[in-house]
Amino acid sequence: MKKSAQDNPDKPLSLKEFAETGADPGEVWQLRLYVAGQTPRSVAAFANLKRICEDNLAGRYNIEVVDLVKHPQLAAGDQILAIPTLVRKLPQPLRKIVGDLRDTERALVGLQLRNGSEKPA
Amino acid sequence: MQGKNGKSKGSQSRGASSRALPKAPTGIQGLDEVTGGGFPQGRPTLVCGSAGAGKTLLAMEFLVRGSTQYNEPGVFMAFEESAEDLTKNVRSLGFDLDELIQQKKLAIDFVQIDRNEIDETGDYDLEGLFIRLAAAIDGIGAKRVVLDTIENLFAGLQNEGILRGELRRLFRWLKDRGVSAIITAERGEGALTRHGLEEYVSDCVILLDHRVVDQISTRRLRVVKYRGTAHGTNEYPFLIDEDGFSVLPVTSLGLQHHVSEERISSGIPRLDTMLGGDGFYRGSTVLISGTAGTGKTSLSAHFVDAACRRGERCLYFSFEESPGQLIRNMKSIGLNLEPWVKKDLLRFHSSRATLYGLEMHLAIIHKIVQEFQPQVVVLDPVGSLIQAGNRRDAHVMLIRLIDFLKSRAITAFLTNLTGGGDAVEKTDVEISSIVDSWLFVRDIELGGERNRALYVLKSRGMAHSNQLREFLLTDHGVDLLDVYVGPEGVLTGSSRISQESRENASALARRQETERRHRERMRKRQALEARIEALRKEFEAEEDEASTLISEEASQEELITEGMEAMARSRQADEVQDSNGSRKRKGKYEKVGPR
Repeated sequence: MKKSAQDNPDKPLSLKEFAETGADPGEVWQLRLYVAGQTPRSVAAFANLKRICEDNLAGRYNIEVVDLVKHPQLAAGDQILAIPTLVRKLPQPLRKIVGDLRDTERALVGLQLRNGSEKPA
Repeated sequence: MQGKNGKSKGSQSRGASSRALPKAPTGIQGLDEVTGGGFPQGRPTLVCGSAGAGKTLLAMEFLVRGSTQYNEPGVFMAFEESAEDLTKNVRSLGFDLDELIQQKKLAIDFVQIDRNEIDETGDYDLEGLFIRLAAAIDGIGAKRVVLDTIENLFAGLQNEGILRGELRRLFRWLKDRGVSAIITAERGEGALTRHGLEEYVSDCVILLDHRVVDQISTRRLRVVKYRGTAHGTNEYPFLIDEDGFSVLPVTSLGLQHHVSEERISSGIPRLDTMLGGDGFYRGSTVLISGTAGTGKTSLSAHFVDAACRRGERCLYFSFEESPGQLIRNMKSIGLNLEPWVKKDLLRFHSSRATLYGLEMHLAIIHKIVQEFQPQVVVLDPVGSLIQAGNRRDAHVMLIRLIDFLKSRAITAFLTNLTGGGDAVEKTDVEISSIVDSWLFVRDIELGGERNRALYVLKSRGMAHSNQLREFLLTDHGVDLLDVYVGPEGVLTGSSRISQESRENASALARRQETERRHRERMRKRQALEARIEALRKEFEAEEDEASTLISEEASQEELITEGMEAMARSRQADEVQDSNGSRKRKGKYEKVGPR
């Protein structure tokens, strides 16, 4: 998506490209991962998230891990129920992805890094 | 944390269940009676019902009463409404949640699930929910928890398998923490809950129902299941008003009320006489039934007037007339109720029976009675309450109402309209068996007019009159008269008057006849006596004559004898020896007696 914009900056964007572009491509992504203790699922979620970000947002992301066992009061702020939950604080709008992110395609769709229709079958 | 033996003060005071399951009293009027002391302590209770059935209010009241009355702080986890909305909604019930939250007696956590911003990928659990709940519980030391309505999770999260597993874990977790929890759930098609939560919460299940019959709504509560405890199994009507939730169990009142020996006047001296001389028993229930326009309200007004004169407070529930109309109408029979209203001895409460459902009526009556503390309550007419519900409901409601009034030693005066075509002794709501005194006013149609008659059909515990009385509404109140009972039946009104004059006329005629006979007899006697006298006179005359004759004859015979003796002497006749030795001269002439 961004590639097309970079390849040919003068070419007007199609509606689809515009929708996929989302926010300012240069913006730093603020991601927050809620976990509860060092469970295998939490560890897996963090590893999956790290991988996805490196693959798609290299150098433009910031991951904050919140351990609710240590900071239970933070759960209400982002309306966290399920663990692990990844919250995309920036860019707007707020997105939440529940689960250990092992399905990379779904995670990318959830983060709006990829359109759902492009998802391979 | 609370533990199985950690009984609250409240549940101990509710004795019956002390040996059984420990209970967390709800503090809700009636509900603790139905459940035998409250919800199971330290266990989850499922409250299900359709939308608007009152689940949230019941749950909230459980927490508020718990924290204010039983010192058990509570956590309300809301999945539907925000804390602000909840606070606003229950303020109308008199609960100030803000204050309770400030005092750390209550915590509200609003769990918002927006499916649009959530995607799912891979495994997860609901540890976040657990952590939030645990934080809230620990924050205020909560003993009670409400999850309202946890089923909303099913709308927010897709993986039902995970969800169900986590819910099961959640309920077990709640039990382990020893909190008394209420889980609310929406009623499902053919099942108690839409997502089968009853599968997980099996200790106590309460079903709330909100039915609309004939455009009038009635709320009902039923304990579907309560493991390890005896509970009422009926459907109990309940109300939600500005004092919160109240369940009205019929059985909770029983028949244990105090009985008074005191008698109070009906306000009509002759009626008191009919009731064994002293009127009704205090605290009894009096029913006046009758056809339309027979003076039921007037009798009630008399009773009220008499009570106010004794300085008692009266509450008059009128379902057909406004207070102004009642006062005006009663003035026409010489009863001025206005001063009593001014002195606040008499209060009217007029509302159309169809204005609310029966439960609401009952609640309002309860409320006003509790507030005003009257000695006398009039319901005029009770039959119209049927319009607000069906016959059965009205019956049940009236029993509850009567029990309630009896338990407070309030004399209840009910009027009831009997339909013209019905059997005379039939009451619309079949309350006759639960009333103590039953007066019947009926009209008697005779000679082109309708007149009222009153009689006492029954009056428990007193020797009452079996007589029919004619019942007049005069400008100085109700008057009772003897009816004319004669060979032609019972006569009232003009018929009675004309019959009375007929009676008088015929009595006069009879009297005259008697006098005439008397006179005749006298005359006969005189005649007879006169004849007797005449006869006697005649007889005397004859006797006279006879004795004259006899004496004449005797003297004649003597003369003859003397003559013959003289003749014999002269002829010297021989003397004849008589058989008895006396010598007699035998002569030609034998002496002969008188003829």
